[in-house]
Amino acid sequence: MRTEAIAPLRAAHRPHAVSRWVAESAVPVLAVVGAILVVWMVATYVLNVTVQRDALDRAGTPYTAGELFLATYTMERPILPSPHQVAQELWKTTVGTPITSKRSLVYHGWITLSSTLVGFGIGTLLGIGLAVLIVHSRTLDKSLMPWIVSSQTIPILAIAPMIVVVANALGVTGLLPKAFISTYLSFFPVAVGMVTGLRSPDRLHLDLMRTYTATSSQVFWKLRLPAAVPFLFTSMKVGIAASLVGAIVAELPTGAVAGLGARLLAGSYYGQTVQIWSALFAAALMAAVLVAIVGMLDRIVRQRMGIRS
Amino acid sequence: MTEARSSTRPSVIDARGLSLTFTTADGPVHALSNVDLTIEKGDFVSFIGPSGCGKTTLLRVIADLERQTAGTITVNGTSPEKARLDRAYGYVFQAPALYPWRSIASNVALPLEIMGLPKAERLRRVQKNLALVNLAGFEKKFPWQLSGGMQQRASIARALAVEPDLLLMDEPFGALDEIVRDHLNEQLLQLWAKTEKTVVFVTHSIPEAVYLSTKIVVMSPRPGRIHDIVESDLPRGPRPLDIRETPEFLKIAHRVREGLRAGHSYAD
Repeated sequence: MRTEAIAPLRAAHRPHAVSRWVAESAVPVLAVVGAILVVWMVATYVLNVTVQRDALDRAGTPYTAGELFLATYTMERPILPSPHQVAQELWKTTVGTPITSKRSLVYHGWITLSSTLVGFGIGTLLGIGLAVLIVHSRTLDKSLMPWIVSSQTIPILAIAPMIVVVANALGVTGLLPKAFISTYLSFFPVAVGMVTGLRSPDRLHLDLMRTYTATSSQVFWKLRLPAAVPFLFTSMKVGIAASLVGAIVAELPTGAVAGLGARLLAGSYYGQTVQIWSALFAAALMAAVLVAIVGMLDRIVRQRMGIRS
Repeated sequence: MTEARSSTRPSVIDARGLSLTFTTADGPVHALSNVDLTIEKGDFVSFIGPSGCGKTTLLRVIADLERQTAGTITVNGTSPEKARLDRAYGYVFQAPALYPWRSIASNVALPLEIMGLPKAERLRRVQKNLALVNLAGFEKKFPWQLSGGMQQRASIARALAVEPDLLLMDEPFGALDEIVRDHLNEQLLQLWAKTEKTVVFVTHSIPEAVYLSTKIVVMSPRPGRIHDIVESDLPRGPRPLDIRETPEFLKIAHRVREGLRAGHSYAD
């Protein structure tokens, strides 16, 4: 009876969904974005004003305070570019440039994204595999877990060039060495999350399986794995963001010529702060979209499993 | 009310000198001490006693979820482990223990999948047993969409779907309110009368034990042991709920209560 009551209740909520979303999400989010923009604009003026004043003084032409103020927002190589400069650069390098061009941020973004995804895929499988081994063997639990944890205490910047060098020496080039670094960062949250998830069924659920004389593979497929699904997606959200960081970091010290990391590096060589900031924003945007996609998959899977969220 | 074993029905459970001691950090805990018990085929037997009297532990030993430390026990004439491997019993826990990612039908089908039954047979048993607990039409619902009483009924259907001759129930209605509990007690008794199964039922409610049982095992704590075994002379089979106001009922309830009180007084 309760169930029949719930269905119309839900339907009745739907018409208000949009207005509720505006009140609960859109307004606070816009307020925060507005605050960030204000702080940014102020910081742009404060950081750029000295350099811009020097430049105007050197040019010798007289200028007013107003002109100085406006000029700080349109410098070619500002200390901190203004929001609209970053927005313009983003627009120019995505929509305004053919994606085959070396100047296209879409081109560079795809290079980074592809190695992120490959690395994340391998990392997730590796993490799940390790978790399954750890949960089923006490010996592996004792022997593997400390290594898994200590692997993450090594600074990735130190190990990234070595992974690339070793991979190259073994004849592995191109996408994979970079992807390995993403794997290195992303397998960890997945392994730890899955170990917790596979161990999450309570005593009662396990006793039930015992009364049925279920084999350990039946317990795994019918109980442990479904119980671990929410844990898997939570750790995949952490893992995919870490993968992107890994891919970008991998491009920094290895002299990569393409990718968002390479864009960042080239930008800092030539003092192209606008380019650096737009690459940073592109990376942040990409991370947000990737995490959102994993979140969406999570919701779809939960819905199909009938779990109330 | 006699304690004589006059029946000629075969015994389903036979325990002799059964003891179970847990070793804990605070020293040994005597969960069961020297338990002798015979349960015959078709009996409805309740274990009643205060917490810590070992009633759940005894049920878990029968189900091979715990192993005794001394004494012997047979289930269906063999060891509890053999009986478990033969899937000789269905077990109903204190909580419904439904898997939240499975629909009600799929939860009931879980043991059948594990047993490797063909799909048509699984479907037949799911339909039949859900109908038996009055849950027909709720096949596609998920556990969270059902009330606590309905969830527990689904878990009973799941235990019945194995089609065991022996049903082990560990305070299955303990978490439910009085009205739902009365209703389920009545249904359970009808079910038992219909199917002629042997039921072992753990409870700490005197009216529930007396209403349901043909035999009431009164247990006392520290160490967990059997204090008294009361054979009920209420009619076998379905009983009306208002049987609980009859003098016969109250007489048995009184003896059970006396047993619980006596068992408690010299333990503390």
